[in-house]
Amino acid sequence: MIQSNTITKELDVYAIRQQFPALNRQVKGQPLVYFDNAATTQKPQVVIDALVDYYTNYNANVHRGIHTLAEEATAAFEASRDAARQFINASSREEIIFTRGTTEGINLVAYTWGRKNIKAGDEIIITEMEHHSNIVPWQILCEEKGATLKMIPQQDGTLLLDEYKKLLSSKTKLVSVVHVSNALGTVNPVEEIIKLAHQAGAKVLIDGAQSTVHLDIDVQALDCDFFAFSSHKVYGPTGIGVLYGKKQLLEAMPPFQGGGEMIKEVTLEKTTYADLPYKFEAGTPNIGDAVVLKAALDYVSKIGKAKIRNHENELLAYATEQLVQLPGLRVIGNAANKVSVVSFVIDKVHPQDIGILLDNRGIAVRTGHHCAQPLMACYGIPGTIRASFAMYNTKEEIDSLITGLQKALKMLL
Amino acid sequence: MSDHKTIQEIENEIVEEFSLFDSWDDKYEYVIDLGKKLPLLEEKHKLDENKVRGCQSTVWLVADYANGKVHFKADSDAIIVKGLISMLIRVLTNHTPDEIINANLDFIQKIGMTTHLAQTRANGLLAMVKQMKNYALAFKIKNSMTHGERSAETKSN
Repeated sequence: MIQSNTITKELDVYAIRQQFPALNRQVKGQPLVYFDNAATTQKPQVVIDALVDYYTNYNANVHRGIHTLAEEATAAFEASRDAARQFINASSREEIIFTRGTTEGINLVAYTWGRKNIKAGDEIIITEMEHHSNIVPWQILCEEKGATLKMIPQQDGTLLLDEYKKLLSSKTKLVSVVHVSNALGTVNPVEEIIKLAHQAGAKVLIDGAQSTVHLDIDVQALDCDFFAFSSHKVYGPTGIGVLYGKKQLLEAMPPFQGGGEMIKEVTLEKTTYADLPYKFEAGTPNIGDAVVLKAALDYVSKIGKAKIRNHENELLAYATEQLVQLPGLRVIGNAANKVSVVSFVIDKVHPQDIGILLDNRGIAVRTGHHCAQPLMACYGIPGTIRASFAMYNTKEEIDSLITGLQKALKMLL
Repeated sequence: MSDHKTIQEIENEIVEEFSLFDSWDDKYEYVIDLGKKLPLLEEKHKLDENKVRGCQSTVWLVADYANGKVHFKADSDAIIVKGLISMLIRVLTNHTPDEIINANLDFIQKIGMTTHLAQTRANGLLAMVKQMKNYALAFKIKNSMTHGERSAETKSN
């Protein structure tokens, strides 16, 4: 077991694996090899226990009740907000808004800040490697407002910053960029992107869905205006996420949804809104999952992201080295700076066939367009096979993947 | 040939064939082999309008109607899916619209392909079945109209 007071350089992956019950199961009569972590991570026992504990012992509605259970639930809910603030180093807890996930965070900004600030003729810049959730909300907004959506092109997984500089102008009002590409694993140079956007007078939203689990996030150092992430990709429960926004921006934004919790006073003529962050949290929130988010973030912090990153980078290097030896295999996205995601295609073989045959050996990978169709279009492929690694994956599992691929290719070709 | 076999009889044949396989690898090798053997669809049919929606891979399906029977041709860029369509075609082609519409196709469950394939891909399989039945239904309606029969009792499923 990992002792908190023991300083070990290497992550003890076998001890970690013991803490994730799902990893013990068999799939198709074989031990599960779970390489779909970019879609969602498995949950450690402490997270599962925290959820059970909440519903077993202190389930109550937050903020309004004066009874003991309501006080305990509210305290845990707000402690989780503090944990999230600390995890991304926001300057205040008012800047942490609970959402359903990254997608809702982006939509919240589009529907509130966007509707108020984007006008006809304005421009919004995204990248060619966005997830659909960072494309479609802006398309809807641009259509409504008569604004234009532009894309920073990429080459072999790397954004072309010179092209980005050409796109920036006084018309640019927002730059909304994925921190880490879910399809390619590329870590984008967001520090520079943010700096350049601010020089042009634009605000910046960072889609942190894939980055938050791997990288140290410091929204103050980044100086981004908005940052969104999802709990379920950081070993936490689904259905909860966080939107960070700079306080002065959030204060000036109109509410997202109307309802209980987000009001100060309601009369028929006029409603005044609650203070941050509650102005953006209408209705009873997802209390249980919000509470448990803290358990997940604490778990990751206790092990240490640097240690996890070292381990995952080793897995990425090992997997890439093994994969490229397979005949006809081409890695899609070869950026210098990547997290533990490897996307690939194989000559004359459809990704779906590989996915089915790997699943038949208990190996879970993702196949398809990864909700990034514009990116797939620029590679001229319908999709890829994606293996994405987490702290609990091992080199032996990568060996299983390679063997599985070899067997699949033998059957298919 | 299968001319005189009912849909149910062909389904039973397939179930029996699959019962001979000991492992999933053997089953998939057989399906892959079927996929490789399915006659290629002419390029002229590979149109957007012939694509079956709801599949992760691209599936084209065309049907024609002659002498009271429906005939299917299909293709896919994924070989396992192509093998699965090949089985569906074997079961459904050269039957009347009514026979196709009423086919229960439980051989898919019996050979384990719906439970074995993940949900999204099973949906792709169901999308194919639906599309084949839609063709049969369309031919049935067209047929009843051209023959001046009342089409009021045409049922949609």
